[in-house]
Amino acid sequence: MSNPQTMQIQEISAHSGPVPGQGTQRAAKVCKYIDVTTCIGCKACEVACVEWNDHPFRETSFDNTYQTMASTEWNYWNLIKFVEHERDGNFMWLMRKDQCMHCEDPGCLRACPADGAIIKYQNGIVDFQQENCIGCGYCISGCPFDIPKFNPQTKKVFKCTLCSDRVGQGLEPACIKACPTGCLHFGTKQEMVQIARARVSQLQTESGFANAGVYDPPSIGGTHVIYVLHDVTQPELYGGLPANPVIPPSYTVWKWLAKPMGLIMAGLGVLAVFFHRVTVGPKLPQPEPVITEHPDEAESDRRETP
Amino acid sequence: MSSSVERIDREAREEFGRRGRTVVHRGELLRHPVYTRVLHWSVAISFVLSLLSGFAIYSPWLYRWLTPLFGGGAMTRFLHPWFGLAFTIAFFFQFLNWFAPMRWTSADSRWMRRLRAYVTNQEKSEPKETGFFNAGQKLYFWLIALSAILFLITGVLLWFDDVVLRWLVAVSYVVHDLAALIMLAGFIIHIYEGTAAAPGTFRSMTDGTVTRDWARTHHPAWYEEVAKNEPREDRDNRPTST
Ligand code: SF4
Ligand code: SF4
Repeated sequence: MSNPQTMQIQEISAHSGPVPGQGTQRAAKVCKYIDVTTCIGCKACEVACVEWNDHPFRETSFDNTYQTMASTEWNYWNLIKFVEHERDGNFMWLMRKDQCMHCEDPGCLRACPADGAIIKYQNGIVDFQQENCIGCGYCISGCPFDIPKFNPQTKKVFKCTLCSDRVGQGLEPACIKACPTGCLHFGTKQEMVQIARARVSQLQTESGFANAGVYDPPSIGGTHVIYVLHDVTQPELYGGLPANPVIPPSYTVWKWLAKPMGLIMAGLGVLAVFFHRVTVGPKLPQPEPVITEHPDEAESDRRETP
Repeated sequence: MSSSVERIDREAREEFGRRGRTVVHRGELLRHPVYTRVLHWSVAISFVLSLLSGFAIYSPWLYRWLTPLFGGGAMTRFLHPWFGLAFTIAFFFQFLNWFAPMRWTSADSRWMRRLRAYVTNQEKSEPKETGFFNAGQKLYFWLIALSAILFLITGVLLWFDDVVLRWLVAVSYVVHDLAALIMLAGFIIHIYEGTAAAPGTFRSMTDGTVTRDWARTHHPAWYEEVAKNEPREDRDNRPTST
């Protein structure tokens, strides 16, 4: 099997010209598998993320739930979303580990206008390069999962890296390492999908979750973080996971079709006026007509012109 | 326009007239007084800066060519909205200054119908009824006014995109670009008409004057008006009716 650690760059935001090194290595796609049904909400992954990335301990916010804060932050990339749910008259927790989904077709990367601010590795990890980020925030509106977060001090955007620094060294992401229940796994996409499918059939046949399924939305080409949900038909229940995540058309159609067209039109416009000058020529000021049908007017003109 | 707005414009015009100078030589006419010229070039400079910095972010192909002009990507992103704001303010005053002569008339509608003849230079002179601005210039002016409003609204939304609703940012992004493309089309034509297409036009925005022949050729109705009223030469800074 080829090497899942391959951190060869596959896609670069706003990059003109080919991507250096693309396709030079065999690369397996990596994937993080999250079994929402066995998460106990211990937040070990949250702590591991803060620890590994050396994030400062920040204020939490209490909202009458166990959730650490309302949403992920620029220096808090991993958050368990706690949802209190009623199923067949019984109370149940839906606890979903929220972080970047590492989309196969990343809306953040599509939206970004800065060359090299967002890159996607061949193994599927989407990573922000803050030194190239211009702080425009377009990635924020391009992401279907509300993940990139703006740091107002440095005017840069941050998000989960899928521990690209660890993965490149052959280690699994920090959150995976910390999980005590084994609801998190890391490996190739193929392997993870297999484990997820097996778990789904177990849930369906043995635990009575007929709607259990794998969340790996095809609308963005699949993701490199996949969930097993008790009810895959209602992903919104799990703290707003979109059923059909899409990149806004302003970043797909507009950016890759209309924008180049606009540039071409502008270029043609410049050529058009240039050739207008060469062919049709300028409008020169015309000399004063000497002979006129109204001699009176001509007379008055002459008096005015010394 | 309310009278207080008119007063601001008139006072600014007089003030600039006192400080600046326009020398009208023999055989020439005053076309644009000092204030109008200062406004025009303020608008022009801020527009070009906005255009270049905006186009740097507009397209991946232009990104690496244009961002170095402004000190890198982050600096370009930082400066662009300020250039835009400068443009909006400058154009606001130019709008007040030119609002009246830019009013659309039935003569302008007639002018638009013979656009083809104008573009192909079939007639050597403009129609007799063409006044201080022709319909093409007026159209450009109103297009800028429209785009400026779109720029301002969407620009502010994009500027503070970290607090604005996501979909609003995504929509603003498209509208902002569309306004830029409309304006760019007009801008290309404007530069061409102001220089190579009509010799003698450019100096109306630098020296402020044009030759009588130029005025009669391009703006006959205006020529009739000023030549009748004011045949004196060597005039300084006459505040015109424009
Ligand atoms: S979840 Fe959002 S930030 Fe993460 S790769 Fe997808 S679009 Fe980008
Ligand atoms: S803010 Fe987001 S979209 Fe803008 S340059 Fe940075 S990474 Fe790219």
